[in-house]
Amino acid sequence: MNFTAPVIDWIALLPILIVLGAGALGVLLEALIRVPATRRTLQVALSAIALVAALASVIALSVTIDGPGVDAVSRMVSIDRQSLLWQGILLVLALLSLLLFADRTRTRETAFTPLASASPGSVDEALARRKGLELTEVFPLALLSLGGMMLFVATTELVLLFVALEMFSLPLYIIVAIARRRRLLAQEAAVKYFLLGAFASAVFLFGVALVYGALVRTGFAEISLMAAVIGSRDELVLVGFVFVLVGLLFKLGAVPFHQWTPDVYEGAPTPVTAFMAALVKGAAAAALLRVWFGFMYRLELELDWIVWAVAIATMLLGSIVALRQTSIKRMLAYSSIGHAGFILVALAGPGDLALSSVAFYVIAYGLATLGAFAVVTQVRERTEDGSLGAEAWRLGQWAGLGKRSPLLAAAMALFLLSFAGIPLTAGFIGKFVVFGAAVADGGWPLVLIAVIASAIAAFFYVRLIVLMYFTDAPDDVENAVAVEPTRGASVVVAVTAVATLVLGVVPSWVLSLTQDAAVLVVSRL
Amino acid sequence: MPLLTILVALPALGGLLLLTVPGLRARAREFALGVTVLELAGVVALLVGFDLSAAGDIQFAETYAWIPQIGASWALGVNGIGLSLIVLAAVLTPLVLVAGWKLPDEPARAARYVGLILVSQAFMVGIFAARDVLLFYVLFEAMLIPLYFLIGSFGGEQRRYAAVKFLIYSLAGGLIMLVAVVALYFVGPGGEQAFLIDSLTGLELAPVTERLLFVAFFIAFAIKAPMVPVHTWLPTVAENARAGTTALLVAVLDKIGTFGMITLCLVLFPNASRWAAPVVVGFAVLSVIYGALLAIGQDNMLRLVSFTSVSHFGIMILGIFAFQQTSVEGAALYMFNHGLSTAGLFLLVGFLIERHGTPSVTAYGGLQKAVPVLAGTFLIVGLSALSLPGLSPFVSEIMVLVGAWSAVPVAVIISVLGVVLAALYILLMYQKLFTGPTPEAMAGTAELSLRERVAIWPLIALMLLLGFVPALAIQYLTEPVAAVLAIAQGVGA
Repeated sequence: MNFTAPVIDWIALLPILIVLGAGALGVLLEALIRVPATRRTLQVALSAIALVAALASVIALSVTIDGPGVDAVSRMVSIDRQSLLWQGILLVLALLSLLLFADRTRTRETAFTPLASASPGSVDEALARRKGLELTEVFPLALLSLGGMMLFVATTELVLLFVALEMFSLPLYIIVAIARRRRLLAQEAAVKYFLLGAFASAVFLFGVALVYGALVRTGFAEISLMAAVIGSRDELVLVGFVFVLVGLLFKLGAVPFHQWTPDVYEGAPTPVTAFMAALVKGAAAAALLRVWFGFMYRLELELDWIVWAVAIATMLLGSIVALRQTSIKRMLAYSSIGHAGFILVALAGPGDLALSSVAFYVIAYGLATLGAFAVVTQVRERTEDGSLGAEAWRLGQWAGLGKRSPLLAAAMALFLLSFAGIPLTAGFIGKFVVFGAAVADGGWPLVLIAVIASAIAAFFYVRLIVLMYFTDAPDDVENAVAVEPTRGASVVVAVTAVATLVLGVVPSWVLSLTQDAAVLVVSRL
Repeated sequence: MPLLTILVALPALGGLLLLTVPGLRARAREFALGVTVLELAGVVALLVGFDLSAAGDIQFAETYAWIPQIGASWALGVNGIGLSLIVLAAVLTPLVLVAGWKLPDEPARAARYVGLILVSQAFMVGIFAARDVLLFYVLFEAMLIPLYFLIGSFGGEQRRYAAVKFLIYSLAGGLIMLVAVVALYFVGPGGEQAFLIDSLTGLELAPVTERLLFVAFFIAFAIKAPMVPVHTWLPTVAENARAGTTALLVAVLDKIGTFGMITLCLVLFPNASRWAAPVVVGFAVLSVIYGALLAIGQDNMLRLVSFTSVSHFGIMILGIFAFQQTSVEGAALYMFNHGLSTAGLFLLVGFLIERHGTPSVTAYGGLQKAVPVLAGTFLIVGLSALSLPGLSPFVSEIMVLVGAWSAVPVAVIISVLGVVLAALYILLMYQKLFTGPTPEAMAGTAELSLRERVAIWPLIALMLLLGFVPALAIQYLTEPVAAVLAIAQGVGA
């Protein structure tokens, strides 16, 4: 067997390499620097520099690369305008997430446990807390995960797609588990996520194997070319494709592969929840687009109805079940399931419209999501000794927030309106372009259902606004809520709120970005 | 000079300043009144600059690219119909502010109230001037936000419930319309100005498509208008919101429904409009009678007045869907006149509630002797609502009924019954409130103050003026209505 060394375009891979390199360096820092405070400073600085440098190189690349883009690794990674756009989106959202990860309260308390190995409530844990230990692995782990996602959105080969999927998933399983408060809930969430995620990965891998067995090909371009040769109903290929879809839909959090979402979103430390809800969902959507319009769409396998069914079920279930939630994090989790459904609606449309509309939708949704979870980190319970307690998740505790913290409540209301797709917010434009994409190819029944789901969803978004503005604050001790703004979260809330408004009022500059990037390069042979 | 954009931006900016700058709170009412007076001056400039000989054409047109990628433009412009409603909004807003001057709010709350009123005014002007369907839709939906907070934050016990009910109804209608708006892009010519009303006029749509689109738009407008059977949000809102809020809502904002029917439904989907006309007229007549009957049965004055509006909106919609020059003209005129008369009624009811704290008719009695000026004012405004000759609503109602006669005689005959019922519910209310012996509790009622007179009497003056010289208003409406009907009656009429 001959081994041919892959041809690698290192420059085109620069953004990914920077992020992964910084992640590796961060792991080294963990081992070498003993003083927690110094280590933390270094890790945050390293992550920030890496993200900015990667973003700068993405911008530089997108200026220089045009036309079909660059084949970065032997037809396995395509650095084109589409993948650069997604890498840019991921990096911007990651920069905002970093602010949440690094955020600390006045008493220097982060969202993460000081000593993950200590069992919850143990003496070790109390000791670690008193000694001011800090868990800083979360920064390199998040960078490694991000690097995996950046590869995930650029790859054009099924095996590498799987590798990238695992690359970004494994660090997530860890950082889900390390919440500072309600640790058992977090650990349970991590185990659930890991087990279900491993299962979904296995299904995905099985699908890849089946496709390989049938076609002896794993590259998108080659599979696409096989279209002419294979029959439209080759069972092996069909089952393989469906399994691949299942793996991606799991990461997207689409029904019926959504069961992990509420538990994991609730249990994970809120910055991690924000990171997952915004970035992982975005990356999954991007990869799904590439797979769908890259080759599945072309083979007349009639997989359309699966996507339609999943989209309808996702939108309706996400919206309806969210109505019944009493925890803000679970409500936002179900809302994010609903949004996965809205993203899927675009798949009913023609390729170029779907690509540009999903990118815009993810930007709008990602900004509002980060903002909303940033607000969640700010609304805390008050402990008996008057210090800040855990986050106040029960919806009842949010009553009267509009009076107590008008700016925070106004920002939250704005994010909710954007989720609901009310005009003059980014969410409306997102919904509009996604619906437009679907209608363009005759998907109006899907859009009609999407609209019904939006109306249902609007109900629970509005319910929270009612609570914040029109309900008096609870005055019993049990429900006492404290808001002490922290720097990082405040910046995130401000930036995302402004961006949500700006993208709602003058979205054309971002729309032209996403439209320019709506070119899928697959047929590079 | 982009006068219309300025007229949209001025109250929007003023409102946002009031909502965000704490320094303005101490003088919030004065500031807001200043802004609305400035706005009124701008609208007068609009009125002066309007070329009456071309009232049917779009004037003061502005078109800027807004979101060219999806074919949306910032396109404003008015013909006579849009202009008349902008005038109505500009006249009523300062009066509502004056009427609500003494509401017992702490400064921060007062600033929020008037700030939200100003923001709503910006939306009203924008909607009546919008020449782009997407812009219209965006403003139509976004307007719900200030209204939602106006209803939910200020008013009676059940205001939260009312606000949510209002929002759910409006949002449901709006989202159905959204599907049609999205679809319009693809059935239209496309391109960077795809959503201009001009680009979308005269499309040769397949009948089924056109009908579906029409129905989607019409449902949204019928909810807004409000029309039986989707009117139930209005009494709830009227009962619980502040009288000033309701006055603006019913007098101006609900006109967006009928305005949309004339300028969008009839123009964009002429064949479907004619196809649907019999059903629409049926529901319109139902609204006329049902609204009037329910009004008679109400004890709560706010609910009563809101049901009279349901009845009156029925007459407007009857006029519009009769497709006759006189009837549509009458409907357009009625939109203006009904605004004057119903706003007056709501404000007066608000004054009574401020005095005695209850909207229940039976709690009052014999006020005529205690407060003759208030009684007289109430009587005149009430008579305008029952369309007494000499007051402006009479002219419009007659135009609708006479105009529609040739097209839908049966509907007209039944609707005339509604006019008779109007006399009943207004006079019964007046009788219970003002006549008879004066109970102990009513004797000390305060007379209409100077401020309150300033808020109401301009409306009466306008109603008298337009009652005797209706041509002043009609001349603005004849040509635009003719233009709409030329399209609506199109081929095969």
